[in-house]
Amino acid sequence: MNLFILASLIEPAVGLIFWTTITFVLLLVLLGKFAWKPILNAIKTREKGIEDALASAENALNDMRELKSNNEKILAEARAERDNLLKEARDTKEVMIAEAKSKAQADADRILSSAREQINNEKNAAVAELKNQVATLSIEIAEKILRSELSNDEKQKALVNNLMKDVNLN
Amino acid sequence: MTSKINTYKHFTSIFLLIFSLFIGLSSNLAASEPVEHAATEAHVEADAHAKAHDPNAPVDITAIALEHVADAHSWHLWGEGEGSVALPLPVILYSSTKGLQVFSSARFEHGHAAYNGYKLEEEKIISEDAAESFYDISITKNVAQMLFSALLIFVLFTSIAKSYKLHGVTSAPRGKQSFFEPLITFVRDDIAKGNIGHGSEKFVPYLLTIFFMILINNVFGMIPIGANLTGNIAFTLVLSIATLIVTNINGNKNYWSHIFLPHAPKAIWPILIPIEIVGILTKPFALMIRLFANMTAGHIIVISLIGLIFVFKSIYIAPVSIAFALFIDVLECLVAFLQAYVFTMLTALFIGTAVADHHEEGGHHEDDVAVKH
Repeated sequence: MNLFILASLIEPAVGLIFWTTITFVLLLVLLGKFAWKPILNAIKTREKGIEDALASAENALNDMRELKSNNEKILAEARAERDNLLKEARDTKEVMIAEAKSKAQADADRILSSAREQINNEKNAAVAELKNQVATLSIEIAEKILRSELSNDEKQKALVNNLMKDVNLN
Repeated sequence: MTSKINTYKHFTSIFLLIFSLFIGLSSNLAASEPVEHAATEAHVEADAHAKAHDPNAPVDITAIALEHVADAHSWHLWGEGEGSVALPLPVILYSSTKGLQVFSSARFEHGHAAYNGYKLEEEKIISEDAAESFYDISITKNVAQMLFSALLIFVLFTSIAKSYKLHGVTSAPRGKQSFFEPLITFVRDDIAKGNIGHGSEKFVPYLLTIFFMILINNVFGMIPIGANLTGNIAFTLVLSIATLIVTNINGNKNYWSHIFLPHAPKAIWPILIPIEIVGILTKPFALMIRLFANMTAGHIIVISLIGLIFVFKSIYIAPVSIAFALFIDVLECLVAFLQAYVFTMLTALFIGTAVADHHEEGGHHEDDVAVKH
């Protein structure tokens, strides 16, 4: 009896083969059409979506990094430009101040020299005037003296004598 | 790792089968001594009744174990002998003389009555007319479970497919999806792509179907009232024939030239070619035996361990039996997944050899792998 059941264990039953074949083929077709196809497509779509999302995130990160480095570059450029501008402004200021200084100096020098020249001219004119007046005055004085000295004969003789005395005829 | 477990499983299954046979024989011997033993099959029923009423009578564990893993025409739920509760299942017979006949298995009254010229003996329908030939295509316990599991798989995966449609593919998987999606991607990526390589997409639906068909029925087989469908050779036969067909209709030039024009001196072709041709059949044959033997062995081990209580007729053996049975049950949980994986993986491997683009000496290597499992 045991061996009989044992034999039936490894003897495939026709009925089960029949039903398994039908069920399996039907299941294969139906699942293939209504389950596996949509599920596998969905999973594939999701995986692609995730892949794309990851790639775009990577891209965004790269873009941001680039943007950041660009920003830094721009900032550095701006800073450099500011420094440059400041330096230029400082230079310009110095140049302007120096120019103004030199111009003022030159003006002052010019004014001073013209003033000096004028003073000189005035002085010369005054000296010449003074000389003329002194000469005129001297002539007038001399005339008055002469007139008084030579007003009588005695005085004329005394003058001649006096002059004669000084002349030493050697 | 996998091959080690399987070697272990084969080893234990053979060992336990011999072990349980030994116990069965000895208990039969014990039974034959005090009871005036009747040799004819008809009196076994009477013995069974006597045993059911006499608590001291020895229990035939072998018969119980083998009945437990075998197919049946009714779905036994609980109880023994007259007090057993079982769901009757439809009997479908086709004979050339009587045509198609459909009736309930309850008509046989557990083998006590004949109906329409048929009677039930050892869960097998035989005709009272010895000359009559007929086909028994009844909805047996295994068929009923298979139809139920097929329906369950269909409903389960179409509802998963629907939830992808409903919630879109951008949201995270939820509920059933989150449990089955990793399994589906595992079959697609590790089993199909890993073994077939380029062009594996075509075979993914087939691999998924066999994977889940085996897995769900392995799990059902572990539920105490469930049927041992994946441990039935008819079921594994159909699946392995399906693999045989899928493998060979997809075989390319390299595959066939490897069989009929092997890279070897022409002198040994007469030996090599028949071996290669037999090899086509041995691969699916190994698949068939592996799944059948693994699942059946697991069930027999569990019932044998529980049977020890009745063999030793001692309540004190119960904790040991239960501890070991629990251990084997947990192991069987692993094996349920493992065997579904192994069957699917080897199917993919065979398909992979058949569709491989470049010519390589891969065939022998894969045979080795198949033998090891």
